[in-house]
Amino acid sequence: MNPYELTIAEATKQLAAGSLSSRELTQSCLERIEAVDIKVKAFLVVNAEQALLQADEADKILACGEAKPLCGIPLSLKDLLCTKGVVTTCGSRMLENFIPPYDATVVEKLKGQGAVLLGKVAMDEFAMGSTSESCAFRVPENPWKLGFVSGGSSGGSAASVAALECPASLGSDTGGSIRQPASLCGIVGMKPTYGLVSRYGLVAFASSLDQIGPLTRDVTDCALMMNAISGYDAKDSTSVRQETPDFTASIIEGVQGMRVGVPREYFGEGLDPEVKAVVTHGIEVLRDAGAEIVEVSLPRTDYCVAVYYLIATAEASSNLARYDGVSYGFRDQEVHSLMEMYKETRSHGFGAEVKRRILIGTYALSAGYYDAYYKKASQVRTLILNDFNRAFEQCDVLISPVVPTPAWKIGEKADNPLAMYLSDVLTISANLAGIPGISVPGGFSRDGLPIGIQLQGAHFREDSLFKVAYNLERGLKLLPQRPGIT
Amino acid sequence: MKITKEEVEKVAHLARLHLSAEELETMTTQLDTILSYVAKLDELDTTGVQAMTHAFSESNAFREDKVTDSLAREDALANGPCQNGEAFVVPRVI
Amino acid sequence: MKFETVIGLEIHAQLKTESKIFCGCSTKFGAPPNSHTCPVCLGLPGSLPVLNKKVVEFAIKMGLATGSDINRINQFARKNYFYPDLPKGYQTSQFDLPIVEHGEVEIEVDGKKRVIGITRMHMEEDAGKLIHDDREPVSYVDLNRTGTPLLEIVSEPDIRSPEEAAAYLRKIHAILRYLDICDGNMQEGSFRCDANISLRPVGQEKLGTRTELKNMNSFRNVQSALEYEVRRQRDILMEGGTIVQETLLWNPDRNCTESMRSKDDAHDYRYFPCPDLVPVRIDDAWIEEIRATLPELPEARKLRFIQEYELPEHDASLLTNSRELADYFETAAKACNQPKKVSNWMMTELMRELKGEELSTCKVGAEQLGSLVNMVETGTISGKIAKTVFLEMMASGKGPETVVEEQNLGQVSNESELLTIVRRIIADNPGQVTDFKGGKTKLMSYFVGQLMQKTKGQANPALANKLFTQELAG
Repeated sequence: MNPYELTIAEATKQLAAGSLSSRELTQSCLERIEAVDIKVKAFLVVNAEQALLQADEADKILACGEAKPLCGIPLSLKDLLCTKGVVTTCGSRMLENFIPPYDATVVEKLKGQGAVLLGKVAMDEFAMGSTSESCAFRVPENPWKLGFVSGGSSGGSAASVAALECPASLGSDTGGSIRQPASLCGIVGMKPTYGLVSRYGLVAFASSLDQIGPLTRDVTDCALMMNAISGYDAKDSTSVRQETPDFTASIIEGVQGMRVGVPREYFGEGLDPEVKAVVTHGIEVLRDAGAEIVEVSLPRTDYCVAVYYLIATAEASSNLARYDGVSYGFRDQEVHSLMEMYKETRSHGFGAEVKRRILIGTYALSAGYYDAYYKKASQVRTLILNDFNRAFEQCDVLISPVVPTPAWKIGEKADNPLAMYLSDVLTISANLAGIPGISVPGGFSRDGLPIGIQLQGAHFREDSLFKVAYNLERGLKLLPQRPGIT
Repeated sequence: MKITKEEVEKVAHLARLHLSAEELETMTTQLDTILSYVAKLDELDTTGVQAMTHAFSESNAFREDKVTDSLAREDALANGPCQNGEAFVVPRVI
Repeated sequence: MKFETVIGLEIHAQLKTESKIFCGCSTKFGAPPNSHTCPVCLGLPGSLPVLNKKVVEFAIKMGLATGSDINRINQFARKNYFYPDLPKGYQTSQFDLPIVEHGEVEIEVDGKKRVIGITRMHMEEDAGKLIHDDREPVSYVDLNRTGTPLLEIVSEPDIRSPEEAAAYLRKIHAILRYLDICDGNMQEGSFRCDANISLRPVGQEKLGTRTELKNMNSFRNVQSALEYEVRRQRDILMEGGTIVQETLLWNPDRNCTESMRSKDDAHDYRYFPCPDLVPVRIDDAWIEEIRATLPELPEARKLRFIQEYELPEHDASLLTNSRELADYFETAAKACNQPKKVSNWMMTELMRELKGEELSTCKVGAEQLGSLVNMVETGTISGKIAKTVFLEMMASGKGPETVVEEQNLGQVSNESELLTIVRRIIADNPGQVTDFKGGKTKLMSYFVGQLMQKTKGQANPALANKLFTQELAG
């Protein structure tokens, strides 16, 4: 087995035993990237030299026997995580040459563990999108079927992990941007409870919805990553001041007595029958493992997309106002006045989807429309939260599809923004409510495209989530996953 | 019609975006479709319902009044598209 | 047609914290451009704000000092607009839920007392500075000042004249200085004022169209600008014209208001609650903790001066106008136990010699003034000489004892010493002696004058009188 095929857990064992060095592991990943990334197109920048230096440092620490869990493990980072001294583009021309003078807190934590940062991966521009097609530089392709989308906005993260270029990646999820690409690429992807992982250094899209999370090959690795990145950060006012548990403690067998809720609204029309079949099978697997299956209702599911596309766009319109060409980022230099500078900079620096969302958001907050749009959406958001709270009185976790369909061809849905937005319906509500969600590989379509299964849990109940996810993964017996790409 | 071309132009100006005639056409149609869709929220009665701003009810996230290191000036200016070593330079504000 | 002036004032006070409102950068004034910045106040992608607790404390203090309600739950909001000195493209401020509401202060103009309401106070961050190049069509952006904490204080439109406006400003300024939460320096920009002014026919309830006045950077300018604007608006209304709602800048060189180049549209700030900042919850315990740290405020201090030092209200009022002045007075008064005399000295000699400068620049310390007054009381020097001594103290910073000694200004009260000179004068002026003895008692002042001459003004006048009377008798 090539080192690049190892999971974090497997690699850690070998690194600790000394039968594998971080340099060998990193080299293996870099070679894999060189071999396949020309087809997968996940990476925007590969920091080979720096990565090998980090690997050598890690090897020194490993030799002393004081290594932290992620020591020497190579990872990719979605390009909206600020990395000091390394260009951070957010997939946009606006930040094509932006070099942050500081590291995001999660990046600091990874460096603190001795992890190896291979490079930055492609994403939808400013995290707005479900296919990564709006990336200004390159569009990552699904390693299971080239020419098909890898999902978005963390498409590069998912593709890099699915293509075995690295064992794990950090992405971000505002309306499903980790879970959806994970599902489309056949890997694990998790959005933690809001506030569990510091947002300091995460370039903001929608502040009350954004969360950083891991994309990995299996549930165990996901728990390991969560241990490394979670925890209170004084630099993030929305960070929760709570002790974070050892998430790997939940990677244990046995779901007897656990109640798994099936929200009926998630299985409506528009759901691809193959997707439905995969999820149904997953439910059976859990039932056989001893879980109690209950039917629940999330009555306001139908309104989630509307709420999301008012709140997220409103927050985004404000968060992206800083891209004005004054003190960083792109500036259109052929201008004769300040107003021209603003307008030309922002019109040339941003792509169409970003502009569209800024317009919607600006409108939703504008005088005369605030109450009808933004305020109304914020109120319905409370109702949606209430739905979840009520559901979690009847069950420990919810099970559902992640995306209504398997991956589609690149370019297929480009012209219909609303249709694209509607495909987020199954993942969006978790962000609105702030609850955690995880996508686990569930099976494949006839065409060989991955289909994921989503589990959602109550606030700060990642323990239940991990337990059920682990047992589902065991029961499905799908691992290891190897797309045929070479 | 949920939104007219004129309104889109006004909003674009507020957001400091410049739309070509073509973009204005497309955006107006798309925004109209989207705004018509989100109007479904009117189906719900939200009288007396709290607006949700934060995902949970934390409060009082404070820091002490202590001075910490600032960035070195060259680092603060480093990403500036137009700067003179001291300040960022912009077209004159009238 | 008689018109009533309606004025509302908006004050922005920079709070005297060490670090900025949302990050740890220093707030020190005068640093080289862009040297006190960090990812947060630069608004770099990915940065997040964290609230400085002291800002909240200062706001609560000001609320308590003005008898306001402290809102137990308050929230920050984003005020969205584009300007080069605003790196995030929004200013973090407070909108729906400000920290303080419904306060008031008492002012006095021409002996008349009035209560001016304070609508609200809220916390917000300051923007950066723009400097315009004289020749090139460019401006320079210095972001040091972004993130400096501000307290915005909005008055009710209760003010009825430019004099009242100045009095209100001075009162708020005094309180801020008493609390020591703001430097109150209008020239440096730590205390700024904008005004809204409109006129309406006396008796009408509906407010007239108002104009907004900006760029007034001294108390005097505020009053002048408002006086000018009252006249301008009245002239227009008298001719049956209408007031255009606009923003005007006060031009101190030309002593008039000028319209700002019309901004295309009224700002739509699209306020919404800032998702990066969680609510501020203030409980009774915290409020009481802060209340216990409040210093004696101007009103209370004035009353105490009247009672404890038996000063007339006029004196007490002037002396408590600023905390520095009041502190100075008390120190000086305690040093010599002559409060009324100290008050007189301060209101006349000291104020005159300061010539409008800050008290902090005065070379005469409070204790030294006290000593000086004491020296007059004990007869060490005469009152007249004391004035000379004071001038020297102001110029050199030397203490009264030093000055008197160096210049040999001590009042001569040695009887035998004076007696010698008295006898000599009597001997030298036989004519005047005869006239005096003959009934021209007014000549006493001539004799005392002679003594003063011969002693360079240092003879104790009472003693001089006594000795001459004694020697000329019989």
